[in-house]
This record gives sequence, structure tokens and C-alpha cells, in this order.
Amino acid sequence: MNDDLAIKVSNVSKDFVLPHEKRTSVKSAFTSMFKKRGGSEQQHALKNISFEIKKGEFFGIVGRNGSGKSTMLKILAGIYQPTRGTVKVEGKLVPFIELGVGFNPELTGRENVFLNGALLGFSKKEVEAMYDDIVRFAELERFMDQKLKNYSSGMQVRLAFSLAIRADADVLLVDEVLAVGDADFQRKCFDYFRKLKREHKTVIFVSHDMSAVREYCDRAIFIEKSELIMEGSSNKIATAYTKMFTPKDENNDGNPEGGRWGDGAMEQTKVTITPKVCKQEDKDFTIRVDYKVTAEVNNPVFGILLKNATGGHILGTNTKLKLMDTGSYKAGDKGAIEWKVPNIFNDGEYFVTVAISHEDSVTQHDWIEDAARFRVYREDNTPFLVNPFIDTTIKKEK
Amino acid sequence: MAKTPKKLIDRYNYSLILLRQLVKTDFKLRYQGSVLGYLWSLLRPLAIFSIMYVVFVRFLRFNYGVPHSTVYLLLGIVLWNFFTEVTSTGVSAIVGKGDLLRKINFPKYVIILAVSFSALINLALNFVVIGVFMVANHVDVGPRILWTIPLLVELFTLALAFAFLLSAVFVKLRDMSYIWEVVLQAAFYATPIFYPLVLVPANYAKIMMLNPIAQIVQDLRYAIVTPQSPTIDTYWNSPYIRLVPIAIVLVITITSVQYFRKNAKNFAEDI
Repeated sequence: MNDDLAIKVSNVSKDFVLPHEKRTSVKSAFTSMFKKRGGSEQQHALKNISFEIKKGEFFGIVGRNGSGKSTMLKILAGIYQPTRGTVKVEGKLVPFIELGVGFNPELTGRENVFLNGALLGFSKKEVEAMYDDIVRFAELERFMDQKLKNYSSGMQVRLAFSLAIRADADVLLVDEVLAVGDADFQRKCFDYFRKLKREHKTVIFVSHDMSAVREYCDRAIFIEKSELIMEGSSNKIATAYTKMFTPKDENNDGNPEGGRWGDGAMEQTKVTITPKVCKQEDKDFTIRVDYKVTAEVNNPVFGILLKNATGGHILGTNTKLKLMDTGSYKAGDKGAIEWKVPNIFNDGEYFVTVAISHEDSVTQHDWIEDAARFRVYREDNTPFLVNPFIDTTIKKEK
Repeated sequence: MAKTPKKLIDRYNYSLILLRQLVKTDFKLRYQGSVLGYLWSLLRPLAIFSIMYVVFVRFLRFNYGVPHSTVYLLLGIVLWNFFTEVTSTGVSAIVGKGDLLRKINFPKYVIILAVSFSALINLALNFVVIGVFMVANHVDVGPRILWTIPLLVELFTLALAFAFLLSAVFVKLRDMSYIWEVVLQAAFYATPIFYPLVLVPANYAKIMMLNPIAQIVQDLRYAIVTPQSPTIDTYWNSPYIRLVPIAIVLVITITSVQYFRKNAKNFAEDI
């Protein structure tokens, strides 16, 4: 193995034998001795996977649930053995598949620190030396002599995390489950990731969260249906992963539970978005709202509001704000209003709320919350609300 | 290549750290919530001893044919209890730690060692009680007491070997715990724990003494309580026969350890 490699995985396959009925009693063992084989089937969890991780690399493993990425993680951690192939790890590897491994609810916080510390490879002396720091970081000074079962789940996670970050390993295996919990805890987790990155630790990070993969990983692999289908920069992999969900998302159905209200003097009959999916190269897209009129209306206000997947208001406007005169409408009239919106969005899913209101913009004729939805694919994401094209040039003086 | 010895030391160091913590945890958890706590380690064998003493010595008037028959009986019970404790807690030890095995990779034998070491601590406590009985009964202590150490090593090895074998089999075959319960019960009667060997016809006693547990118990009674205790040498004239139980222990140990080692790496997925 090359000196600069931390992990070398060569042609690893993993088959699980799935007995149709698990043979765990003598009777079934006895009867199945006489039966021909066939009471079991092989499940190929991983097929012929090879990759290398360099020392100091932040390496992502992405894949959907059931793709085999968790099996890969367990093989790397030495918990499962590969059916075929080899895994070589240089140095000490510490897995964080779950926080607080070995925590026992009947023991006190203090006792659990020593037990969990031992599992992470720390002797009693070493734990004693860093005990105060661990407790302080977890903010549990007053609770250490209480039994763990009396801790809230948040307290347990804090204690476990405080211990985990002490792990002195050459290679760290981090499952995304680490980053669960409240916002404050997530921030701590990501601070820790950043610290690992600064210290050039070798980290293997398994995740669904493509923005985290983009931000922290240098390289990544993509596992799908037990096979390694792609290897490359984290950006490339994250994009490929996101695209995989495209077929399912290629419709502009809104949220039927969004709600709709108004006096119905004007009705919005259809919302059409073109193109259906907004790609990086699309400069803008059009939201078209068809309407029909049921009662005489003068100078109504047409409006739109765009929200991101978490409900944050990104932008919106209406004809009144735009100082437009919309004219008068009689019962039976039909028509449409088109909004041409520049593509200033980050990768993600967006919801469109459309509305027509009275001239006073207080009485609603027809308000449809989350009437439609569209998907934006971008590779040059920013962590900010919008991402308009910013022409950038670098000038150097000679 | 230069890294290999350091790696080896690291590995055993890790096992040692873990072993210490697991034994500690096991001991702390054992009597949690009970009023008398650790005292139960002493009370339990004493209670069993009292029952047997009343039933066999007082009512059935068993005559052991040896002096200090109370210490003689108590020692037998304590040794048998130790063997039972190691093996029957050993059976489910690996499966019981399944949750842990599925999350972190560590040497599996540590689990079995931890279980047997806590039993060993118990045994040590029980020996304190035996000591008290010995003093109370004015037992003569001779240099033959030195045999205690190798004999306890033999007993510990045998119990540990069974724990390794049973725990590994139990992963695949959950009937093992019930089977072992029955086997233990049979072995209890096949071993001269509570009845005097003199009651057993000599032909049977001869065969019986080839059983390593019977050999160990009788030898320890000889070493600790009285030289009048019948041992394997009482029934066989050839000194080579003495090697039979030891050979049995060795064979069981080698097979068990091999079997455990072969299966240990698959425990996580088999449980």
C-alpha cells in the first residue's frame, strides 16, 4: 500500500445469506438438514467495490437508503467481514456509527464516560485527565453522579458527543446520524467537522445531505444498487446524486394542503411553469397563471410569492407594487398573466403562491397558497438565499 | 514491518482497557437495586449450603467419611457454583452484547473474559467464607494447600473454554441455553458435590473421577480440607490416569478457542 493512502478497498463484495426462516432452533436445524438447500437466498449488498482514500482526505460516501452504503461503512469499521475482496486501513480507525456506544442507563454519567472512553480506546488515566473538559463541554457538571436513565435525550447526546470528539484516531468514520439534534447541536457538529478538516484528519463521511457533502468533502463516491457507480469531486457526486431524484420531481404540482381563499370574483384556473425544471443554463423561466372572471372587477391586483422548501419567502411582487394598471374585467372573460422570473435560485425546490386581489389589495378574489412547485438544479450553489449571476473578473497589475 | 509489534501492543492494550471497564460495569450492575448488594455473593452459596446441610447431613444423615464435612460440602458447592456461573452467564454473553457488536469492532473474547473475571471475583469472596469456616472447624492446613493454585487454574480454564464454545454456538443456535441448563443439572448429579463418594459403587466412581470437574473438586478438597478426601488416585493405581482429565480439559479448550476464533468475526452479522 502506498504511504500516502489511508484506506484501500479492493474488489469488496458482500453477500448476506437470508434464510427464509431464520434457523435458530434445533428442530428447524434438524428438519432442514434433510431438506435440499433453497431455504435461503443470497442478497448482494455490495458488488465488487474498489476505491482509495488518501491521508488527510475528507471523503464522502453517498447513496440512497438500501444502496449498500451502510454495509460499506460497517465493513470499513471492521464490524462486518467482506465476502470477497480486502480492506486495508492504515492507522487507528474510530467509527461513529452511533453516538454513545455502550452507554448503560443504569450507570451514572461518570461511569458511562469511563466505559464509553474505554470503547474509544482510552485508559482510565487518559479519561481522568480529560474528564473535566468532557464534562464542561457537555455542560453537565451537576449531573455526573446521576444515573444516565435520568438524563434527557439531549443531555445524553451532549455527553456522548463531548466524548466522541476526544477520539484520537488516524481515520474517523462519521455517519450522518451524528448531525441530528437541535440547531445548536448541529452547529457544534459542523464546527467539529471544520476542525477535523483544518487538522487534515482522514474522515469518511456518509450522508444524504448534499450541501454538507459539498461543503466538507474533497472527494466522494456514489453507491447505488450495491455498486459503485461514480467517483470524483464532491461537487460532481452531489450533483449526480441530486439529479437521480429528477424523474420523480419533474412535475409542478403544488401543495394541495396549501389552502385557498377569496370571494371568487376572479378565479385562477391553472398555473404553468416553463421550463418544468430549471437548470443552471436557464437564464429565466415563466410562470403563467390562467384566470376566468365571474363578476365585474376593476383594476385587480395580480401577485406571486416564491418560497423555498423550508417555507422561507424568497421573493414576490404584484401589479400594484409594479405600479401597473390592470384594467377592467367582465363576467365570462378569460385570460392569463405571465411572470418572467430570472433564475437567481440556488439548487432546491420552490413553491409558488399566486393571488388575485381587489384593487385595495386587502380583499382577496382568489389566493392559492403553494399552487405550484418547481425544481432548480445548480452546481454553483451558495449558502445564501438567492444566487444571481455575478459577473466576476480578476485583474492583476503587471 | 517495524510497526507490527507496536500494533500488537496497541491491540492488547485496548483489550485490557476494555476488559477492565467491562468487569467493573458488570460488577456494578450485578446487584443494582438489591438491598444487600454484594453481600449476595456470599449469602447465595451460604444459603444453598445450609439447605444441603440440613437435607443431606441432618435428615438423610450422609456420612462423608472425612473430618470437617461442613467445609468439605461448602467447598464443593462454591466450586460448582463458580463453574455454573461462568458457563451459564457465558452462553448468552455474546448475544447480550449484540447491540454493541453491531456498532463498534473490538476483540470479542474480551466479553467472555469479562464475564468469567467477574465470576472469579465472586469466587475469591467465597473463599473468604471458606477461610472463616476452616478456622472455625480447626482445619489442618498443610503444604498440600499449594495445589489450590494449579487446580483453580484448571477449573477456570475449563469453565472459560465452555463459555467460549457455548457463547459462539448460542449465536447460531438459541436452544443452547436450554440444552446447557439440562446438561448442568445432569453434571451436578454426576459430580460428587453433595453426596459422599463412598456411596457410589467403586466401578462407577472410577469412571466418575475421569470427569475433570469431579477430579478438580476432589483434589481441591484434598488440598484444602483433608488429606482423607478420596481423589482420582484413590480409584486408579496408574499415575498416567491422572493425565486423562487434564487431557480432556486441553482438548475442550483448544476446540472451543478454535471454534470461537473462527466464528468471532461474523458475530455482528449472525446475531
